[in-house]
Amino acid sequence: MFLLHCPHCGETRDEEEFSNAGEAYIPRPLQPEAVDDATWGDYVFMRRNTKGWFWEQWQHTAACRKVFAVKRNTATYEIAGTWTLAEGKALFLADMAKEQTK
Amino acid sequence: MRGQNYSLWSLLKHGFKNHQTWEPAWERVALKPSYDVVIVGGGGHGLATAYYLAKNHPQVGRIAVLEKGYLGGGNTARNTTIVRSNYLWDESAAIYEHSLKLWEGLTEDLNFNVMFSQRGVFNLGHTLQDMRDIERRVNANALQGIDAHVLNAREVKEKIPQLDCSRSRRYPVLGASWQPRAGIAHHDAVARGFARAASRLGVDLIEGCEVTGMDISGGKIRGLQTNLGMVKTERVGCVAAGHSSVLAKMAGLRMPLESHPLQAFVSESMQRVIDTVIMSNAVHGYLSQSDKGELVIGAGIDSYLGYGQRGSPHVIEHTAAAIIELFPQFSRVRMNRQWGGIVDVTPDACPIISKTAVQGLFFNCGWGTGGFKATPGSGHVFADMLAQGEPNALARSFSVDRFHTGHLIDEHGAAGVAH
Amino acid sequence: MSGSRVLQAGTRIDSTRTVNFSFDGRDYTGHPGDTLASALLAHGVRRMARSFKYGRPRGIIGAGAEEPNALVQLGTGALTTPNVKATQAELYEGLSARSTSGWPSLDFDLKSVLGQGSRFMPAGFYSKTFKWPQKLWPLYETVIRKFAGFGDAPAEPDPEDYDHLHHHVDVLVVGGGACGLLAALQAGRAGLKTLLLDEQNELGGWLLSDPNAQIDGRSSEAYIRSVQAALAEMPHVTVLVRTTAFGMYEQNLVQAVELLQDHIAPGQRQAHLPRHRMHKIRAHQVVLATGAIERPLVFGNNDLPGVMTVSAGQTFLHRYGVRVGQRVVICGTSDLIHDCAESLAKAGAQVTVADVRHSAVARNGSYTVMAGHCIAEATGGGEVKGVKLVPLHPTRDETTGAGSFLACDVVLSSGGLSPTVHLFCHDGSRPQWDESLAAFVAPHTGRKGVACAGSVTGAFELADALAQTTQAMQQVLAACGKTDTLPVPSCPQPRRLQPRPMFRLPDGKAEGAGAKAFVDYQNDVSAADIELAVRENYHSIEHVKRYTALGFGTDQGKLSNVNGFVITARALKRPVSEVGTTTYRPAYTPVSLGALAGTMSGELFDPNRYGAIHASHVARGAALEPVGQWQRPWYFAKPGEDLHAAVARECLAARNGVAVMDASTLGKIQIDGPDAREFLNRIYANAWTQLAVGKCRYGLMLDENGMVMDDGVTACIEQNQFYMTTTTGGAARVLNWLERWHQTEWPELKVWMTSVTDHWSTIALVGPKSRAVLAKLCADIDLSPDSFKFMDWRAGTVHGLPVRVFRISFSGELSYELNVESGYGRALWEAVMAAGAEFDITPYGTETMHVLRAEKGFIIVGQDTDGSMSPMDLDMAWAVGLKKPFSFLGKRSLSRSDTAREGRKQLVGLLPEDPASVLVEGAQIMESATVGAQNQMLGHVTSSYHSAFLGRSIAMAVVAGGLQRKEQTLYVHAHGKVTPAKVGSSVFVDLKGDRQNV
Repeated sequence: MFLLHCPHCGETRDEEEFSNAGEAYIPRPLQPEAVDDATWGDYVFMRRNTKGWFWEQWQHTAACRKVFAVKRNTATYEIAGTWTLAEGKALFLADMAKEQTK
Repeated sequence: MRGQNYSLWSLLKHGFKNHQTWEPAWERVALKPSYDVVIVGGGGHGLATAYYLAKNHPQVGRIAVLEKGYLGGGNTARNTTIVRSNYLWDESAAIYEHSLKLWEGLTEDLNFNVMFSQRGVFNLGHTLQDMRDIERRVNANALQGIDAHVLNAREVKEKIPQLDCSRSRRYPVLGASWQPRAGIAHHDAVARGFARAASRLGVDLIEGCEVTGMDISGGKIRGLQTNLGMVKTERVGCVAAGHSSVLAKMAGLRMPLESHPLQAFVSESMQRVIDTVIMSNAVHGYLSQSDKGELVIGAGIDSYLGYGQRGSPHVIEHTAAAIIELFPQFSRVRMNRQWGGIVDVTPDACPIISKTAVQGLFFNCGWGTGGFKATPGSGHVFADMLAQGEPNALARSFSVDRFHTGHLIDEHGAAGVAH
Repeated sequence: MSGSRVLQAGTRIDSTRTVNFSFDGRDYTGHPGDTLASALLAHGVRRMARSFKYGRPRGIIGAGAEEPNALVQLGTGALTTPNVKATQAELYEGLSARSTSGWPSLDFDLKSVLGQGSRFMPAGFYSKTFKWPQKLWPLYETVIRKFAGFGDAPAEPDPEDYDHLHHHVDVLVVGGGACGLLAALQAGRAGLKTLLLDEQNELGGWLLSDPNAQIDGRSSEAYIRSVQAALAEMPHVTVLVRTTAFGMYEQNLVQAVELLQDHIAPGQRQAHLPRHRMHKIRAHQVVLATGAIERPLVFGNNDLPGVMTVSAGQTFLHRYGVRVGQRVVICGTSDLIHDCAESLAKAGAQVTVADVRHSAVARNGSYTVMAGHCIAEATGGGEVKGVKLVPLHPTRDETTGAGSFLACDVVLSSGGLSPTVHLFCHDGSRPQWDESLAAFVAPHTGRKGVACAGSVTGAFELADALAQTTQAMQQVLAACGKTDTLPVPSCPQPRRLQPRPMFRLPDGKAEGAGAKAFVDYQNDVSAADIELAVRENYHSIEHVKRYTALGFGTDQGKLSNVNGFVITARALKRPVSEVGTTTYRPAYTPVSLGALAGTMSGELFDPNRYGAIHASHVARGAALEPVGQWQRPWYFAKPGEDLHAAVARECLAARNGVAVMDASTLGKIQIDGPDAREFLNRIYANAWTQLAVGKCRYGLMLDENGMVMDDGVTACIEQNQFYMTTTTGGAARVLNWLERWHQTEWPELKVWMTSVTDHWSTIALVGPKSRAVLAKLCADIDLSPDSFKFMDWRAGTVHGLPVRVFRISFSGELSYELNVESGYGRALWEAVMAAGAEFDITPYGTETMHVLRAEKGFIIVGQDTDGSMSPMDLDMAWAVGLKKPFSFLGKRSLSRSDTAREGRKQLVGLLPEDPASVLVEGAQIMESATVGAQNQMLGHVTSSYHSAFLGRSIAMAVVAGGLQRKEQTLYVHAHGKVTPAKVGSSVFVDLKGDRQNV
């Protein structure tokens, strides 16, 4: 049962107060009509499903209803931190850049 | 076919020699530098694939199964052992029914008692829409040649006297679907049985061998990097359940999968009290009783991605509450042990049995919470695919490109609670 | 007679009072403070069970949670509890228990006859047989199941209650033995909010069984009492006994179960207290002072009743005043056995110690020592009568001679201590094998947030344990910002002879050739079985466990696992550290399902949601339908009516007169903001840009897969405010959906949304006479049809209340939906009923609502759709705004090859050839009346009713290529019956839609 720090409420609460909202920062094609079925299908269905450090979204459904970003290790369940979606995005992009160079 | 036969006679014979003369259940061999076909993942599905490949397509040549842990140590060791084929759509019902028919002859085929017990499965309905969905599924099953019946609450109570079918429950039972030929089997025995049978047919079973990379060039698979060394091969079948995305990533592929924890628990062993399998979507729990007397209980996945083979305790609590909702007399029964597995779920709750963009690389995954029942069927069908390079009629609908065309096969309803 | 009561100072029983109890139908007496086990042992009762495979007689081995054999069925009727360990059952007046194995009885077990053939039933034997002929498997299974289980599940509902309690503390100390007491004291004195748990009925742990312990100059009893008193004085310290921490989870969540009343006679229990309470504890720091459990040695016939652990011998003597035997043989590997020998000799027993160490000597003349000897096998029929002792090689695990027989009535063995590492390992960690200690230990440094204190780290000597605990607590305090220096309690360090680790004692024969030597008692797993597993190539310790069933019992391997791991390592000829352990999982000891569920049972299993008007419906005799968590009126039967009669009457009233329905459960979401309109354009399939204030529109919501996921009417309240309705069951999901899309994808849109489902009651006034009824209640809205058009809404005063009136229709009739603040819902409903009385106003429920909308071909999401239907499939292309500039959710999916193809399932109407025949919802549809190999199912019946208005049956269905099959006759299959029906429009009544426009 995780403890998640809601960056909006400023409170750390039990997992039961939140709902998992899936992988974070999946960009929706700006021109869906311009992409082919495969590209569209990749967006709708394909997922990183990372074993290891992973950026995901949680929503504080029992309280402020805000969606925020969590960086969590899906193998050890260690939580590196929680951020607002905006703050987390910069860190997420930095992580992805690092992964590309590897 | 090498190896000793298992039978009552053999038990007596070896018993007189204090069991010193039993051969290994499967041969322990060293990893070879190349194979004609490599199956990555030594769980139930992978071992079944190896067996049917060696049995039905011996012409493929030398086959190996690479397992990073111990054979059958993933979801096969952790599931709640339900076997049934009462799914909704023609395509999925067909493959599960194919599997069920294989189950019916499996002990004899493998010369290994997998303890398949056809004690029936009941999927309970608690709302009017539940009953409509049950009608739809049962009527489809009847036309698909799968045994299925719709029962009302009184009929359910007659068949399962211990179940509380009264109107006083929070979600009273309105009825159920019943598949008499469904039931349970012994999960570890299935893994051992397929392992032994595959080994007897000459398949190399390599434990402690983890694939760490894939050698792909010119759009074709050439080999696998493992912790025990390089393996050259041009035909690879990945059957790694929750770790499928990890393998896919090595090939530069992404799958429509999410790996979630799926938890289950057993009660202490008790005298026989439940003679069938009972599943309820509405209250979110299912139960059966093992031959050792333990109630085997499960429910739904944890909502988050997890490779830790464990989940959050409130899921167990809600599941216990669900069981008590159905069987209020069981609150004094005690949970002995809980555990978790890693299930790879797809957006339509149907598996992926598919070629990939890499020639020679095939995936059999996405069985999610319902893989155990498909063990022989999945292996059988995937063996055909590995031998022929193309899906057979049963596998065709489960290509990964259905997520591009939109031809999903939504089995969330029939997949039910977890299963 | 073996066991007897020997009263001595320091025992925890009250020997001045007597307690009556019965076991297996015989009456006995005991004392308050006894367990069922101690009381039975005091009477010399030894045989408690029959082993599950071989039917061998079994007795009590341990004194606590580690007990594998003495499982009893406690109590009868609704309060019966299966599989209680006799060593944990606190005695109360009138306690009644029976054994749970042995058929037909404990004394004569049929299995023991089969057990004569035990050599043919090694581990895993069932996979090698019972398989031919295959059709006999059910019979074999019936026999196996008869013999396999222990106690009986209760047959009556549980009358006792359970609950949960949450704690948030600075320090949680698990275990109230010497080290746990010290840790709690140190934490409490530092001012930290502390919780101390212990599984026993009183604090002290092993101190309760150790007469020699001295801490700060005090005896065990005095030390415990002083710490207990000190803790009781600190308001920030809570102590819970009879409370077992059974699982540790992420971020220092520990769950523990407290047995509040199991030790009290049923008649004396307090009804307002729960039976079990689950404590959910979040601790900043967890201190695991969980101690260690002694493991027995493995030797031939070590399962005979009367063969026990040394610590059990000590505990029964010192805690309960029961001397387990008169002629005692003790065999072991460390000085623990001499402590025990001294105690038992002092209590009047004749004691012989077989110490495996050649240099061992007796401490005094009260008992005899045979140094360098071990037990080859125990002998006896139904219980132990003697042992064969053999001389040992000084360094190798081999015998060096023939040995001798020694008569005895009890055998105590000790192979050393196994730290109770379980909670530490619940996160998937493994303990470390310490070769010198011959133990799997938790690291003395613990890990971040979790400290390990005492013998769980391998600090087996009390002095070492207290010192290590103090060191660990120093770190714990520092982590909590406390810098107090902690003094280490003083404790004598007795001189100890080095232990000689041994596990499977040699008997001079090949494994399996001699008497069966048991590793796991409850599952009849012998050392030979482990070797067989290895021989058959089951090398992973997990395979060995699963193949042999080692550790699977209700004792969870507390006495057997470590022995099993070591014997496996020996068989594999690999180091123990390499072989490792199996996975540690909750629950440390079994936990009742009731405790897990807590108060989530009965009415509280799931919240029951009622609309504000509910009481009115109940008063009018409404039958209820569960829809999600809600209870909605289903139909309102008048006396003598069944569902069909009631629904027919309600439908006719709605179409011919006036009827009224409570639609309050539908989801309602208020959407505000300058970008609200743009937002609606993105999340709905249809267009919203032109919707004026005062107007309503039906909205169709798609998922990104292009399939219909929800629908409902949305109204424009103000330029920047909309009022969205959703299906009853979809409300929460839709709100989550809207919020997630806004926040993650379009945060730049200035829009916010609020659930207002519970704020408004919705009363649907339906039928040709609905205007007349409304007119009686509402003076300030012009209800004339040109002024208040279909799909308009108006604010006004109805029955003196501020009400929004929506002229929308789910029935196809003239209809007004009155939205009032839900506090007034019931009053308004009653006012409507009163105003409508002269028109014979008829309340109706969900069944009639279903029929009316079906007559108009309106879909119900989740009934006519199943997540695989696009708007085009539903013949609702009119609701899809393909020209909207923004590619709304789901739009792109509509043009995918499979989603846009011909021949998809489409929504159509079906009229059965026989108008009296009502199709079964869920029936499958085929082109042929006969079932053949070529027949394909085309689709299914989604909604089907008898239409009283039309005087015939109607149905909606989804059929492959349905829209091209108008006028075609198809065959509807259900339960083997076939009904022909003609495909047509799904609008059966008022095709042009005039009735709602009047």
